[in-house]
Amino acid sequence: MTDTDATEKVQQEHTAADDPSLSPVVDHTEAHLHSPVPTVLHHEHHEPAPAPTPARPAERAPRGVKLAKISRTGDRVFRSLATTSGLAIVLLVLFVGFFLLALALPSLRADQDNFLTSRTWTVAGNELRFGIAGLFWTTVLSSILAMAMAVPVALGVALCLTQYLHKRVSGPVSFVVDLLAAVPSIIFGLWGLTVLGPFLAPAAAWLISTIGWIPLFSKSVDPKGSVFVASVVLAIMILPIVIAISRDVFAQTPRDHIEAALALGATRWEVIRTAVLPHGRSGVVSASMLGLGRALGETIAVMIILTTPPQGAPFTPSIFAGGETFASKIANNAAEFDSPSKTGAYIAAGLVLFVVTFAVNAIARIVAERGAKS
Amino acid sequence: MTATTTDTPLALSRPSGVRTLKNALATVFVALATVLTIIPLAWVLATVIIKGYRLLLTPTWWLQSQRGITPRREGGGAYHAIVGTVEMALICAAIAVPLGVMGAILLIEYGRGTKIARGVSFMVDILSGIPSIVAALFIYALFITIFGLGRSAIAVSCALVLLMLPVVLRSTEEMLKLVPDSLREASYSLGVPKWKTIVKVVIPTAFGGIVTGVMLGVARVMGETAPLLILVSYAVGINFSPTSDTMGALPTMINAGRDQPPQFPGYERVWAAALTLIIIVMLLNLLARFIARATTLKEK
Repeated sequence: MTDTDATEKVQQEHTAADDPSLSPVVDHTEAHLHSPVPTVLHHEHHEPAPAPTPARPAERAPRGVKLAKISRTGDRVFRSLATTSGLAIVLLVLFVGFFLLALALPSLRADQDNFLTSRTWTVAGNELRFGIAGLFWTTVLSSILAMAMAVPVALGVALCLTQYLHKRVSGPVSFVVDLLAAVPSIIFGLWGLTVLGPFLAPAAAWLISTIGWIPLFSKSVDPKGSVFVASVVLAIMILPIVIAISRDVFAQTPRDHIEAALALGATRWEVIRTAVLPHGRSGVVSASMLGLGRALGETIAVMIILTTPPQGAPFTPSIFAGGETFASKIANNAAEFDSPSKTGAYIAAGLVLFVVTFAVNAIARIVAERGAKS
Repeated sequence: MTATTTDTPLALSRPSGVRTLKNALATVFVALATVLTIIPLAWVLATVIIKGYRLLLTPTWWLQSQRGITPRREGGGAYHAIVGTVEMALICAAIAVPLGVMGAILLIEYGRGTKIARGVSFMVDILSGIPSIVAALFIYALFITIFGLGRSAIAVSCALVLLMLPVVLRSTEEMLKLVPDSLREASYSLGVPKWKTIVKVVIPTAFGGIVTGVMLGVARVMGETAPLLILVSYAVGINFSPTSDTMGALPTMINAGRDQPPQFPGYERVWAAALTLIIIVMLLNLLARFIARATTLKEK
């Protein structure tokens, strides 16, 4: 604080203390916040005030005043309603975990294969043979790929909105981004399969021909409904949430830090690198994890796009192959939930998805809270 | 600043070449990213509008169902699906809104900082991360496997409650937080009991924001497909009964017809249904944002 600033402040405090129209509460906090001098003034000002009248029993009103008896029944009812709603929410979430587990357990016990490492999924006959390895691979691969594509772009957009564009322009752009979030996922799926898939086919072919020797990019049978297309669509779908959170975090960068960097002669990019990005790091990580959680649980878009490989097809790690995620597997076979053991197998897959998304979301919250504290 | 006077003139220089280049590259990257984000939205909207707008201009689209219409035949409309989508969303809202608003009241008015508030808040965080397919599976497990009920539109609405609840609760909570304490205190000082203060002072003040949250929640659940796939069968006819096991809905109408080859009339109906769904969802979103802007409570 410069000298002139300080004197100005003191003068302000003087006027505040002298002006009876200003609330003493506001005056008090201001004085405490800024400098010790006006606090003294403030106390002097208030000392002659009459001492508080001695407390008298609350029930006894002055003579002649009739206090109505206030009924607390309404309060009690309302309060218990609110508490009941809260408890209902808590129970609801506990029930989700509990019932999924309860219905999955019998099928898991009857499973002839290793649930975690098997790739087969035979639930039709009397013998249950199912495992989640294949589903897990496709789910995680597509979601991580989507996150890897979405996060850099989202960062760029969030920086553009907060650091580059004028408020008049960034408002409408933010609005458009929010609208992107409102497009239902089935429409993204439809668009991804019929429009984006064919459009990306040349790019996929080029990738296969240049770096196809890496197993992840190796050639596969049907490149149309591939994990690659699914992840691009997933990336588009998680963009808005990552942008929205990063934008809010970047917008809260302390003005002082930005101005300090500018005063040292930093270019706009250097301001971002030295002030904005460090301030927003935890927020961005948390936003990315929330986006990942969305991508992991996305059902219908992925189900429409991905080509289901035939039963017993050999495993390929390629992103240009089809596949099934947890969510798409369950939704694809929803019509077949006829026996409890069969349903149990799908519920077991759903339970794993629940646990995975829960873990990812929990990490996001923890990172965000740590960031908020520091 | 003014105290440090220098005799020599300030040697100001532009940033070096590398720094200027880096700065320019960053600007290009940021601009590209923004364009890259807007392109898909424009592309999706353009595709859906171009492929689907023609049917929406005919009155039959809004007044008739798909009963007796095969993919190879022209005609029919989406009335059954619009009714189903709206009905399921309304039933869902009827359950989720009271629960969400009361939950938010518990968090802000009664239990601020208490253990129960923290527990509820934690659970809402979990709920907001639950994939729609898991919510659907839970309702399937509870209603159909355990209670032995059949598939029904009500079951879908219950699954949608799990998805709408966090949206309503969080937005209501944010709005209640913005209601100034002075309003509450003024009401208390007049001897108004707490519950009446909440009902007559706090909620009316935050009403615009609460409505916005509800509309955004409704818009979100209308576009959900996964619960519809698991919990109800798609019906091509008009059906108002939420307890029957078949009901039309726009997402399942799209899903049921998505494999049609482009030369069939059914193909165009899929895109028309997509456009109808987008229009409904976007209108709700725009309206919600408009209400939010019109009734906004200024922070501080």
